[in-house]
Amino acid sequence: MNITVRVWRQPHADAEGQMVSYEVPDVSEHMSFLEMLDVLNERLTMEGDDPIAFDHDCREGICGSCGVVINGVAHGPQQTTTCQLHMRSFADGAVIDIEPWRAEAFPVIKDLIVDRSAFDRIIQAGGFISAPTGTAPDAHAAPIPKNQADHAFDAATCIGCGACVAACPNGSAMLFTAAKITHLGMLPQGQPERDSRALGMVGQQDEEGFGGCTNIGECTAVCPKGIPLETISRLNRDLLGAMLHGSR
Amino acid sequence: MALKALMAVSGLIMIGYLLAHMYGNLKVFAGQASFDGYAEHLRTLGEPILPHAGLLWIIRVVLLAAVLGHAYSAFSLWSRAHKARGGSKRYQTSKSKLGVQRSYASFTLRWGGVVILLFVIFHLLHFTWNTIHPGGAADSPYVRVVNGFSVWWVVLAYTLAMVAVGFHLRHGMWSALTTLGANTSAIARHRLNLLAYAVAGVVTIGFLLPPYSILLGLVT
Amino acid sequence: MSDHEHDHDHEHGHGRLENALGKARRAVEHLTHPTEHGFSSLDADAVFELGHDIADTKAPQVEIGERWDARKFNAKLVNPANRRKLSVIIVGTGLAGASAAATLGEAGYNVTTFCYQDSPRRAHSIAAQGGINAAKNYRNDGDSVYRLFYDTVKGGDFRSRESNVYRLAQTSVQIIDQCVAQGVPFAREYGGLLDNRSFGGVQVSRTFYARGQTGQQLLIGAYQALERQIAAKTVTMHTRHEMLELIVVDGKARGVVVRDMVSGEIETHFADAVVLASGGYGNVFFLSTNAMGCNVTATWRAHRKGAYFANPCYTQIHPTCIPVSGDYQSKLTLMSESLRNDGRIWVPLSGEDKRDPREIPEAERDYYLERIYPAFGNLVPRDIASRAAKNVCDEGRGVGPGGLGVYLDFADAIQRLGRKAVEAKYGNLFDMYAQITGENPYETPMRIYPAVHYTMGGLWVDYDLSSNIPGLYVTGEANFSDHGANRLGASALMQGLADGYFVLPNTINDYLSAGPFPKVDATHPAAVEAVEAVHSRIDKLLSIRGTRTVDSFHRELGHIMWDYCGMERTEEGLRKAISRIRELKTEFWSDVNVLGTNEELNQALERAGRVADFFELGELMCIDALVRRESCGGHFRAESQTEDGEALRHDDEFAYVSAWEFGGEDGKPVLHKEPLVYEYVEMKQRSYK
Repeated sequence: MNITVRVWRQPHADAEGQMVSYEVPDVSEHMSFLEMLDVLNERLTMEGDDPIAFDHDCREGICGSCGVVINGVAHGPQQTTTCQLHMRSFADGAVIDIEPWRAEAFPVIKDLIVDRSAFDRIIQAGGFISAPTGTAPDAHAAPIPKNQADHAFDAATCIGCGACVAACPNGSAMLFTAAKITHLGMLPQGQPERDSRALGMVGQQDEEGFGGCTNIGECTAVCPKGIPLETISRLNRDLLGAMLHGSR
Repeated sequence: MALKALMAVSGLIMIGYLLAHMYGNLKVFAGQASFDGYAEHLRTLGEPILPHAGLLWIIRVVLLAAVLGHAYSAFSLWSRAHKARGGSKRYQTSKSKLGVQRSYASFTLRWGGVVILLFVIFHLLHFTWNTIHPGGAADSPYVRVVNGFSVWWVVLAYTLAMVAVGFHLRHGMWSALTTLGANTSAIARHRLNLLAYAVAGVVTIGFLLPPYSILLGLVT
Repeated sequence: MSDHEHDHDHEHGHGRLENALGKARRAVEHLTHPTEHGFSSLDADAVFELGHDIADTKAPQVEIGERWDARKFNAKLVNPANRRKLSVIIVGTGLAGASAAATLGEAGYNVTTFCYQDSPRRAHSIAAQGGINAAKNYRNDGDSVYRLFYDTVKGGDFRSRESNVYRLAQTSVQIIDQCVAQGVPFAREYGGLLDNRSFGGVQVSRTFYARGQTGQQLLIGAYQALERQIAAKTVTMHTRHEMLELIVVDGKARGVVVRDMVSGEIETHFADAVVLASGGYGNVFFLSTNAMGCNVTATWRAHRKGAYFANPCYTQIHPTCIPVSGDYQSKLTLMSESLRNDGRIWVPLSGEDKRDPREIPEAERDYYLERIYPAFGNLVPRDIASRAAKNVCDEGRGVGPGGLGVYLDFADAIQRLGRKAVEAKYGNLFDMYAQITGENPYETPMRIYPAVHYTMGGLWVDYDLSSNIPGLYVTGEANFSDHGANRLGASALMQGLADGYFVLPNTINDYLSAGPFPKVDATHPAAVEAVEAVHSRIDKLLSIRGTRTVDSFHRELGHIMWDYCGMERTEEGLRKAISRIRELKTEFWSDVNVLGTNEELNQALERAGRVADFFELGELMCIDALVRRESCGGHFRAESQTEDGEALRHDDEFAYVSAWEFGGEDGKPVLHKEPLVYEYVEMKQRSYK
């Protein structure tokens, strides 16, 4: 198949960017989306053009490095990571618009690469259980009901790709933060720091310049791991609880 | 974040008020005496512990606080979201402007809120402060209502406003309850959405029954 | 020992094979060393030199069960107040790096860490699927530390160090406790206790898992512990930074040169000790299950500065991966081996048969594993299954694009168990296959092919995980230590976390107690030299502006490695590979095309630097494979097999770790042997019959 891509090109953080069109002939439907970009980049390199910069690493949908907005949808038409999207999802002759995640807290570094370090700082603000190495009791000391463990796991599958923010009309990071708060809050080990975790992480999220959640649900609709919207309500519960307890 | 709780709580207060208000409106079907009596009773409710119209003033103060709180948090969150999403020109593409799954109600939440605010001002001028009298002035609230809704454009304005309120409640009520932590499972989410639809539907229809009955001459 | 005497030794053991292969090899040798003649020049010695033997000196000489406690007791401690004055650099934030950084940070050291990804959470440990072993014996099925130790030594085909493996088994127990305390959501039973499953043919159930995402959950646990220390300011994290050089001052590792991958700035960082936790080098094959960015640069640069590289030829190839679909293929994806429990593997009898697989009648199919290995059938060990697939494809009977694939057919299983049961058991794997290939595995047979998956080799370390350069420690897949010639399933995660949480933090103090060492800064000649080397390399890469892209070179290198240093290695092939790698490397340095500048985010430049190191590593891998004229674990020399085609070890000659010393830019690598002594496990030949 032959396609045209229109890609956001921006040489560096402070430069003006723009959409640039490239024809990509002879695309195999079995190529992954990123392999299509690889092929284009090989050609650009040989033509002396700067290849398109994009983040990617594991290419099996788990590391969370990749992610671009494809035709206005974070990660494109399938609810999966960009690396797991294949060209068979597009029609011959398609014109595909490719843009970086857009959010105040995710500044563009180059082309399709954005800075997502805000996520790390949200985790630093409480997204952990304080369990210094060597202090742990036996793993069977505290049984955890299976359904609780499963719920915690569902939330823990978040890969931190940032699609939720890119899709959110408010540029909110609530689904990301909520996934971590739900993961740790569902487990008995996570209880002692539950209040401080909610206050810390949400506070940091606001400080990073993410927007507020209006429960629209675009985040969960593009989330490659299908983190459910309920996690956000759990976060809200923990947060209100923490505010009422007057912790911090 | 406290802003969002304020938003949710003030919104729920107003929903409670709307339901009561709607109930009062429906008195119009019971005739002039009943309706006017209801209007007067609102002023005597709570006596003698409270002075005349005391409860009404309490309600007014609470409502005003709710409206101000709601508007304040709405505009703060709106401006923050605008900045957070990266301004109005977010994505260059013209595709998928309608999102992946988002509802019309979620789209219209903010501008719909502005429309409702403007309507409320008009509504207060019309019925509470009695400054404008489309269809003719009168001392009886019942007569004012009947006069007003006999005018087609007044009914139209009310219809538009109530549809806006319906959409606003559809998303707003669900969102408020979620913000307050009620959405804890897939079933809860389903139920909350049903509840939001139900409240939005009841309020919209309940408020539109009197004007249309009057316009169509069922109530005179 | 001179080269000549050494030749002689080798010939004794392999005279027969030498003759059998003599003719073909002579032809190759003629190409490789046209000036040399005579039989001796045909030997592997032409490409290496033999150095003195080495040994681990840190494991205490006591009963094996007491060694770790004894070592912890003997190791000098650093008091908490002094830890604040000591600094450690850690390169890599996977399981081994993040866990070490968090633990050393908690202990009070000043830790600086680097990763090339945009967040430490993205390290490739995250992609591990299966599980993590621990000798908890929660199942009361006869498991013990000793049994895990025994299984690991045996699984490693008797090429690992007993002391290290025993300690690994001991610490495995603590790892699970630690991870649960951090909130890792392991699978649980209805009673709320942890679930276990068996893995890789082991007879006990000791594998803890979190659905098919165990690596992800363990890494997130370590990542959270790391972020907590970053918040506590004991750890300073540098993301999007790549280590390009080690700084060695007065024989001690004292710092690193890194490139800020956003600004291109070349920075120097100094510390009292340096830890490399930079993972494996499977990407030398271009196509592997590794992440795109996985590279050998950190360990290779250290190797060039004097650190020994041990057993580079030990690579693990996984039989059930989704095959290559075209020339554009960038990586391979693994599917759980459990598929072989119910799937039947076959190829058409005739290579000419291009029909839809469903239309090929039973009689014209070759269920080759069932045919060749009637006892084990489709469940033969990984290496046998991989090699058999390669063989049928080499015969021209492979299926799918490029003829590199074999069918894994569930038609029988679906008929026998019903679609529902198959869906319940393998649903997620089938979905993954369908997502990638666009084919429905419930209707057409899946296609699979082996792929490189893990590298057992790495920098040589002693019992303390210290390399031979004082102050340079190596953890996780980056070191060579615990898996011998073959790693058992669910053991990589165990080793990474054992090293990072429990081993390194209890051994590095022995070295650091002598610190803080004299302050070094960027003006030190060693630092200036290292920075200069980095600059000149980058400048060179950017100035060539040739006619080929970095990826085209990497792909070609990968093909050479896969063809000649992959599942099956021969003397002839390895020699051919060495000469071709050398040619390709020369071509690379004169014809690669890297655009742009250093002072920007330049992904082609990053890749070019990594590929340049892969050439050198690839050559060493081939040399190591050439010298090890036996088959063991993941290293299969066609010349050394039993009549049934099984790997044949030569314990009399090769029961040693090959630790390679860098021989200089144009010199030959020097082989140091660390003899392996088995006091507790008897060396046996592997058998499946």
